[in-house]
Amino acid sequence: MAVSLKETYELLGCIQCGRCTAGCPVGFRTYLNVRKVVYEGLTETGPRDAKGRPEAWNCTTCSNCTDRCPKGVKPMELLIGLRSAAIEKGKAMPTVRDALESTFKHGNPWGRGRDKRMEWAEDLDVPVADEGEEAPLLYFYGCTPAYETRAQDVAKSLVRVFAAAGVPYKTLGTAESDCGNEIWRLGEQGLFELLVEGNTELFRSHGVETIVTSSPHCMNTFKNEYGDLGIEALHYSQFLKELLDEGKLELPTPVEKTVTYHDPCFLGKHNEIYDEPRDVLNAVPGVTFVEFDRSRERALCCEGGGGRMWVEAVEERGERIAEIRVNDAVALGADYLVTACPFCLLTLEDAVKTSGNEGKIEVVDLSELVAMAL
Amino acid sequence: MAEDKNEQREGRERAGGAGGRGEGDRPTTGEDPEARGDQRLGVYICHCGVNIARTVDVEKVAEAASRLPGVAIAKTYQYMCSDPGQSLIKSDIEKHGLTGVVVAACSPRMHEPTFRAAVGEAGMNAYLFEMANIREQCSWIHEDREEATDKATDLVRAAVARASRLDRLTEREVEVTPEALVIGGGIAGIQAALDIAEAGYRVHLVERTPSIGGHMAQLDKTFPTLDCSACILTPKMVDVARHANIDLLAYSEVEEITGYIGNFHVKVRRKATSVDRHLCTSCGDCIEKCPSRVPSEFNEGMAERRAIYTPFPQSVPSEPVIDRDHCLYFQNDGKCGVCAKICTVGAIDYTMEDEIAEFDVGTVVVATGYDEFQPKLKPELGYEAYDNVITGLEMERLCSASGPTEGEFAIGGKEPKDVVFIQCVGSRDETVGNPYCSRVCCMYTAKQAHLVREKLPKANITIFYMDIRAFGKGFEEFYDRVRKENVIYRRGSVSEIYKKGERLVVRGEDTLVGEPMEVEADLVVLATGITPRRETEELVKQLKLSRSADGFLLEAHPKLRPVDTPVDGVFLAGCCQGPKDIPDAVAQAKGAASSAIAPMAKGTVMAEALTASIDEDLCSGCRICVSVCPYGALAYDEEDDVSKVNEALCKGCGVCAAACPSGAITMSHFTSEQMLAQVVALIGGSDG
Repeated sequence: MAVSLKETYELLGCIQCGRCTAGCPVGFRTYLNVRKVVYEGLTETGPRDAKGRPEAWNCTTCSNCTDRCPKGVKPMELLIGLRSAAIEKGKAMPTVRDALESTFKHGNPWGRGRDKRMEWAEDLDVPVADEGEEAPLLYFYGCTPAYETRAQDVAKSLVRVFAAAGVPYKTLGTAESDCGNEIWRLGEQGLFELLVEGNTELFRSHGVETIVTSSPHCMNTFKNEYGDLGIEALHYSQFLKELLDEGKLELPTPVEKTVTYHDPCFLGKHNEIYDEPRDVLNAVPGVTFVEFDRSRERALCCEGGGGRMWVEAVEERGERIAEIRVNDAVALGADYLVTACPFCLLTLEDAVKTSGNEGKIEVVDLSELVAMAL
Repeated sequence: MAEDKNEQREGRERAGGAGGRGEGDRPTTGEDPEARGDQRLGVYICHCGVNIARTVDVEKVAEAASRLPGVAIAKTYQYMCSDPGQSLIKSDIEKHGLTGVVVAACSPRMHEPTFRAAVGEAGMNAYLFEMANIREQCSWIHEDREEATDKATDLVRAAVARASRLDRLTEREVEVTPEALVIGGGIAGIQAALDIAEAGYRVHLVERTPSIGGHMAQLDKTFPTLDCSACILTPKMVDVARHANIDLLAYSEVEEITGYIGNFHVKVRRKATSVDRHLCTSCGDCIEKCPSRVPSEFNEGMAERRAIYTPFPQSVPSEPVIDRDHCLYFQNDGKCGVCAKICTVGAIDYTMEDEIAEFDVGTVVVATGYDEFQPKLKPELGYEAYDNVITGLEMERLCSASGPTEGEFAIGGKEPKDVVFIQCVGSRDETVGNPYCSRVCCMYTAKQAHLVREKLPKANITIFYMDIRAFGKGFEEFYDRVRKENVIYRRGSVSEIYKKGERLVVRGEDTLVGEPMEVEADLVVLATGITPRRETEELVKQLKLSRSADGFLLEAHPKLRPVDTPVDGVFLAGCCQGPKDIPDAVAQAKGAASSAIAPMAKGTVMAEALTASIDEDLCSGCRICVSVCPYGALAYDEEDDVSKVNEALCKGCGVCAAACPSGAITMSHFTSEQMLAQVVALIGGSDG
């Protein structure tokens, strides 16, 4: 008999204050009520998996609930646990099942073959480390920038920037596999552990000392969830900030635009990296920076995290948060809505279309903005 | 070893001693050739009801103790601390001619004084008493009865080994300086100072800011009685100013406190006020003409004061001070001088320097108050982002007739239509390291809601809360009244505040409906909690105090000595010890005052019998002891090239003895011989 949810997730500390629900970005968007889920867990009156409580699939793992709980309860972990229990029983929704299967077979959740993983780099001179070759500075481009057409621009821009700054980086080519961040959050802990094992071995075989990632999600899991990896994991915004400080990266071309910046949850809330992306952004000549009212710790979640890219949201209602974000950016008079995460890029760009703001604003990744200034 | 073979064994009494055992079973430990001869110790094992006896087989422990060398008698008893328990010891001392007593019971913090007094009454030197803690350090923390019994036996054996080597010590009587120091001039410090002064003793009241009054002076009304806070406080402030026994040292800070109960020596820095208080008539002309504007601390930054200022109109003392950090004269090389020109009595003195006041006191009351929680630590509540999100104290100033808006209740010049209060901001919240309840916010929020209702009969007033704690006299009744004034309490915590046009949106969950909800507001008041003063750590070092886990100053006992500190002669009053409302702070202040008066009234205290002594033949004069002594009790004598102990200052802490590289320092009652015997007996094995 498995241990109860209240023991596993230490739910007995909960005082039912409701701060988790109050801060939940999808609390207004769906019927997910985090406090109720916790209450059902601690009174053992609710379903024990996400099959019986399908709203659990709506969680974006932004971590507001866990970060702000006054009693140290971790509701986000409980929601992930409910997903795990559903997966264990073979009750995951089909889109999730497909993503997991693809990750197991092909090393990416996008259902694409491993041989296509470097298509983004075809016309570019991207250094690939041969088997066993040393790669002390590794650029981990990630699954989404590898396969998703729009997100490929992130990887393409970054390798241009690296080349301009003379960065001695390598990639692992098609040997690279999913980082596991979203897999863990979808609830497939077994697969996550396999990925950790495989990736750790791969990195060690190449003597990796520093990993620079396209996505805050990859950086987050390498930095916080890979145990004793012994490798420095940086998001590219941190790395570009270093290059700028050391004078290795020069940005001579002005970009005469008004821009605002959307904090990705996995860069900001999860890892408290708020200043570096803003510093990089402000290093671009010509840029006029305007800040969102809700920024930094108070930033909105775009709803793209926690495996939500592969989840059919359950019983949605109201305006999508990414649309709110785009409307706010338009109201700020921004030409560019800049972010620094492939998932945010995709959700926000989609929201430009669905909110009828096409032509009024463009969603731009920070890497693209920097590349414009080369 | 003396024995009592002929002694009738009655009840639970066991007589015996090592000599009573057969040749073959000589104890492997315990039989210590260095133990002093002719010892006749009485050992008493307490059941403490079932507190000890449930986990420890006390009979077995007594049985083992009875066989230890030097033990004349070993008994168990239900409650050793009871009168019959104490009488048992006293009559045994007489009947058996005991040379020492060991009680195995609770922590010596509880009953060592009880037993020392008991043996003293029977004519034995109180320092020949030793205690083994088999409750807190054994029965309460173990479950296995057999192992706990073994451990208790070990602890008793160790105590016996030490007890048989204890020396007779005598306490010295020390005179008490009939003056007291009160640190902090808020309501607690004011009350303590007044009570001590009224009892006829001189009080030095030290206040850091230019006026006494503290946070209470900032409050508009008090809960639940709705008294005007300033109206009930200012008469007390005036009493302080007028009282012949009170030496008010405002704009001053304690620099150093040395000494011990009865004889503390205090150094206070009197910051230069730049205004001669003997000449100044408090006319206020200088303040009016001062060109420099500074955010007013008293008004929580919501209004400005001048560089020469009194914090508020009823300040005590009434003379202004010059804030040199913001004064143009001091910041611009003497350009300005307006106040000196305007002053008709020539009271402005730019050359004034800080002074150090030195004096002796017998007792000290610490009443240093609290800091309000800094809501910027909860960025999701938007305190730093939005002007119309304010703290509890800012709300007090906003409501107050003497506040920045002179009581006109307006935000940005407009009357708010929707006011939202949020409870528990920075309290009961582990994310900011404050797990405790601040005890005042539920009621001050209810009071502020009432004040808003008075001023704005049509406003929508919503209070988000987690639990309402209306525990004090008249609190629940007041809470009932406020609700019925159309103040809507919604049970749920808030996690987001953001801007929508010019208005705020407060997002919470109404947990009783079970739905997230948004309420629009023109004004959001955060019920900011009480936190320890930022300067608490300095105070702890100065006075050798301790802090509890919540960061506030630690009382000597949470139930029975809530006003005392671990340092004799130093007492606590008000929020420095933990969150309190005004009546609780006043009550504790009165308690601290009476505790501070007691030794002064008696005139003498018994000084520590435990002191260090230096073997001058062994002392190399290295002076390490001088540098480590926290009480300044050691001094180097150049003539003899050795360090010497001032017994009057020595508190018997033992730091010097531990630090001395030559082993020249002996701590009485904790001699190396006594400690080693105890350790050897403890680790020697359990078959003694």
